[in-house]
Amino acid sequence: MSIDSNMLVMIGLTVISAATPLVFAAIGELVTEKSGVLNLGVEGMMLAGAVSGFAVAHVSGSALLGVLAGIFAGMLLALIFAFLTLNLRSSQVATGLALTIFGVGLSALMGQPLIGIAYEGLPDYHIPVLADLPVIGPLLFQHNLLVYGSIALVLAVSLFLKYTRPGLILRAVGDSPGSAHALGYPVIRVRYLATLFGGACAGLAGCYLSMAYAPMWVENMSAGRGWIALALVVFATWQPGRLLFGAYLFGGITILQLHAQAIGINVPSQLMSMLPYIATIVVLVIISRDRGRIRKNAPASIGQAFHPTK
Amino acid sequence: MISLEPRAEPSKLMGYAAPVIALVVTLLAGLVLFALLKVPVGEAFYAFFIDPISSVYGLSELGVKAAPLIMIAVALSIGYRANVWNIGAEGQLILGGICGGAVALYFYEVEGWFVLPLMIFAGILGGMLWAAIPALLKTRFNANEILTSLMLTYIAALLLSMLVHGPLRDPDGFNFPESRLFHAAATLPIILEGTRLHIGALVALLLVVVGWVLLSRTLLGFALKVNGQAPRAGLYAGFTQNRLIWFSLLFCGAAAGCAGLFEVAGPIGQLLPTISPGYGFTAIIVAFLGRLHPVGIVFAGLVMALSYLGGESAQISLNLPVAVTGVFQGMLLFFLLAADVLINYRVVWRSKAVKA
Repeated sequence: MSIDSNMLVMIGLTVISAATPLVFAAIGELVTEKSGVLNLGVEGMMLAGAVSGFAVAHVSGSALLGVLAGIFAGMLLALIFAFLTLNLRSSQVATGLALTIFGVGLSALMGQPLIGIAYEGLPDYHIPVLADLPVIGPLLFQHNLLVYGSIALVLAVSLFLKYTRPGLILRAVGDSPGSAHALGYPVIRVRYLATLFGGACAGLAGCYLSMAYAPMWVENMSAGRGWIALALVVFATWQPGRLLFGAYLFGGITILQLHAQAIGINVPSQLMSMLPYIATIVVLVIISRDRGRIRKNAPASIGQAFHPTK
Repeated sequence: MISLEPRAEPSKLMGYAAPVIALVVTLLAGLVLFALLKVPVGEAFYAFFIDPISSVYGLSELGVKAAPLIMIAVALSIGYRANVWNIGAEGQLILGGICGGAVALYFYEVEGWFVLPLMIFAGILGGMLWAAIPALLKTRFNANEILTSLMLTYIAALLLSMLVHGPLRDPDGFNFPESRLFHAAATLPIILEGTRLHIGALVALLLVVVGWVLLSRTLLGFALKVNGQAPRAGLYAGFTQNRLIWFSLLFCGAAAGCAGLFEVAGPIGQLLPTISPGYGFTAIIVAFLGRLHPVGIVFAGLVMALSYLGGESAQISLNLPVAVTGVFQGMLLFFLLAADVLINYRVVWRSKAVKA
């Protein structure tokens, strides 16, 4: 069987749509972690975003309102996390796990009436002129706005962290909260904002899943993508550019199972479905074995509570 | 204005009170949740918390559900004390079920006394094997055990699904994805006539004792606590972190694997695509709710077992989605974490003027 350009475009499109939710979830978590906060609740926030976005879009008929609702839901869960860890100084690991358990349950409960409802999906936006190019046009310039938005967001975060003053403060808070506090920067407020940003992005990632990728609501539909996003941040050694690369790499691995049969690979579907999880473990091992590099790039205070009085 | 003032030393009283406070607040939040769902609050409460345990059979079912939770939570708590965050007990449970179940199916034609012990051995080994992977990756390659153990849970679930759709499927089962029913020789003895309460409940209690002795009466238990609370002190004392990582993970793998085997050889009696309603994850909550203490975990295990039974009962009598259970469990952990602040801090009211 020959692989023609149409097929390449099709494969490319599925890679992009599988990668986009990972991009959103991971870039949000990257910012959160840069401020020194480790939020393991990405999976829960994603599901909350997915169910809220879908529900509001379905009821109101407006995709925009749906997306806003998804972002809001993600932020709401992130707010619970921020209050518990930043104000009440609870363990970030335990609180993140609680957030995921809560998010999974809550989304399943809220989503009960939404099961089996069809949704037309987000409209694609054709960029004038460019969209008409052969091959490249359909591959790169005929997506829904969230896909363009995810790329723009990574670029924006990258510039923000590297070149702006607030970005520098964020990194300072993550690397040395004590010094940042001594210099008069509001450590807790910065961490609040970074955590809420992470929640908003996870909510967006969920919206993408339920409103564009599927597009429908299925219980537990994120299927571990929130956790993969967490691993992607480590894989990227907290650098936005690498994170984008990683998300697309994982998008590619995720869709292998869709195309394996078309290319004539005949293995049990479950084996193919394992690939993203196995790949996550493999890349974690490859990156983490270099302890020096992790130590150099990881936010120094990650996972630790900050006590302003100390 | 409310503010938190550090206590001179952690409050013992609050350590015991926090789980109770969390439970009470969760119940109140449950009232609100039921009201929001527009179900009659009184009936829902009865269905969730009273009805499931108002008969001998109900109480025995509580034991059936609590046994795996307690087994896993005791083992998890040992790792958590040493800051080894194994959250993949669910996967280790599944592997225990697969390995033990495979032995039962292999000896399908044989009805020897040795089948069940061999299954238990295989189940424990399977769980340990699965837990050994994150242990190896953590100690050799520094890979985060939270993420690796969780990824392995997804892989385990897919592996089970693949096996019951393929090699382990019942040949006379009309292509349904389930194995043959295990023989009597391959199922657990029942300890209470007419119920499903099996010897797993006794094993769980035994494990509680083992956990207690280990933590409070052995050097290893002391090393686990020291390394969790003050890693550097542990280092000076010569407790190697790697050995504790290996021990915590293998111990938990064994307990979870055994619990998984007990599920398939007990209440289920065959291999199905899903053999656990998330016991491995709920056990995390049980461990925290029980204060990482074996005796506390017994109480916490019973409470969380009730949340499962209540969810099922409310589904039948009020048509509530089972997901309510997950919401309750998540809320409980939130409130517990929030209440824990009272251990190290006291809440004080002070006017802004004083502060200035």
